[in-house]
Amino acid sequence: MPMQDVKGQKIWQRRTGRESLGHWVIWLIGVAIFAYCWQQISSATTWFFVWDAPRIADDIWTRATPPRWEYISQLGKPIWDTLNIATLGTIFSLILAVPVAFLAARNTTPSLLLIRPIALLIIVSTRSINSLIWALLLIAIIGPGVFAGVIAIAIRSIGFCAKLLYEAIEEIDQTQVEAIIATGASRWQVMAYGIVPQILPAFAGIAVFRWDINIRESTVLGLVGAGGIGLQLSSSLNVLAWPQVSLILLVILAAVVISEWVSAKVRGAII
Amino acid sequence: MLRLEKLVKTYKTGDQALKAVDLAVPEGQVLALIGPSGAGKSTLIRCINRLVEPTSGKVNLGDVELTGLSSSNLRRERRRMGMIFQEYALVERLSVMENVLSGRLGYVGFWRSFLRRFPQSDVDEAFRLLDRVGLAHMADKRADELSGGQRQRVGICRALIQNPALLLVDEPTASLDPKTSRQIMRLICELCKERGLAAIINIHDVALAQMFVQRVIGLRFGAVEFDGPPEGLTPEVLTTIYGEEDWEATIETVDNEEIDEAAE
Repeated sequence: MPMQDVKGQKIWQRRTGRESLGHWVIWLIGVAIFAYCWQQISSATTWFFVWDAPRIADDIWTRATPPRWEYISQLGKPIWDTLNIATLGTIFSLILAVPVAFLAARNTTPSLLLIRPIALLIIVSTRSINSLIWALLLIAIIGPGVFAGVIAIAIRSIGFCAKLLYEAIEEIDQTQVEAIIATGASRWQVMAYGIVPQILPAFAGIAVFRWDINIRESTVLGLVGAGGIGLQLSSSLNVLAWPQVSLILLVILAAVVISEWVSAKVRGAII
Repeated sequence: MLRLEKLVKTYKTGDQALKAVDLAVPEGQVLALIGPSGAGKSTLIRCINRLVEPTSGKVNLGDVELTGLSSSNLRRERRRMGMIFQEYALVERLSVMENVLSGRLGYVGFWRSFLRRFPQSDVDEAFRLLDRVGLAHMADKRADELSGGQRQRVGICRALIQNPALLLVDEPTASLDPKTSRQIMRLICELCKERGLAAIINIHDVALAQMFVQRVIGLRFGAVEFDGPPEGLTPEVLTTIYGEEDWEATIETVDNEEIDEAAE
């Protein structure tokens, strides 16, 4: 008991003596594990490479600057592909994520015992596999190119969008839904009037947020052959054309900054 | 017109919210349902339009037994029961007009309602009702821009545009200030009289109930303890409904009202 009675005066402490001892022991164990891991990592590291790193980085920096500006004429198409992969992938994933979200939300699912677990499984499985791995799989199935990238991004995003959306659906104000039911509206009308207006801001926010993430993800998809600017990046890296690599990185940075700006604007406009 | 027979509701938790309630409401009668929190007032009116599924017993509206209806038939009968809520329950992000027109959802097909292409007669009626409650100029405002009293007026329009035979009113004034509360109660009662509607009004404010209704039902622990005219609410009766308390102040306001009315 944290409350003690000492000579008629009530003393309150956050923890009893036993509890604070327990906390102390847990901290001690934590520090010991950290020290042990540090030592393991240290002995497995070739320290020569680490000490050498600044010199190598400096070497790459001098090779990579200045960027090869005239190479930009060959980057227009790939960055356009990348934007398309991200945008189309996001649209496809939203089309698939909306029904999954309604099936997964506790208050709209037709069956708590059968359909909701299936919807949750779709969400978990699509979310847990990285888009690079989806792209590798899809390239094997439908061949290399932009389409594989679009599908990879779409599949990878379903889980993310559906999860955020079904949480928004579960948090709606149920009395507004009740009011619509009480008018004699059909199931679909209840959705269109009672539920959709309430989740629309969340939906728009999720869509631009995911689009923003997808632009960053789609820049690397080319590394495995799924189209976009990553393709240029990997071929430049392969031939050690550092001035081209630095220009590509600059272009990617610009694309990401612009997409962040757009999504911030859109979100601001909706909410 | 509305008849409840041995209506019982037992929640999954085992709480018995309603214990065999019998109640008959004739056409055009406005009655107030009073009782302490948790007496089953909300449950009672939600069992009538089956937002809450009654455990047993019967609800008859006219000659239709609501308790046995399939979901599509129930939807058709729900159109005859307008509902007004404590927290207004407007769809916050839709406009006032859309909220009023949503009262017609039971009459209009999905695509027409989805595309907001309601029949012109519905739109005319919506404007008429908004005008009647003094909100015609607000039709294009979003519902969340309105004050509490205005929202409740929109809620009333939404219930009335259903062209109902019965109004189910759940604590219409609990979120409103005393003056607005009276205005809203007066509006509801006037509209009921104009249209010959019956209404069941859940209400906490005993004095307010006495001011406006013809009949009062006192509910306690899910059973009817009192059924009679508002003058019948003596301190003894209020004690049986709510428990021991000094009721003089509550009763006194009522006496004053009555004197006022007699003077007029």
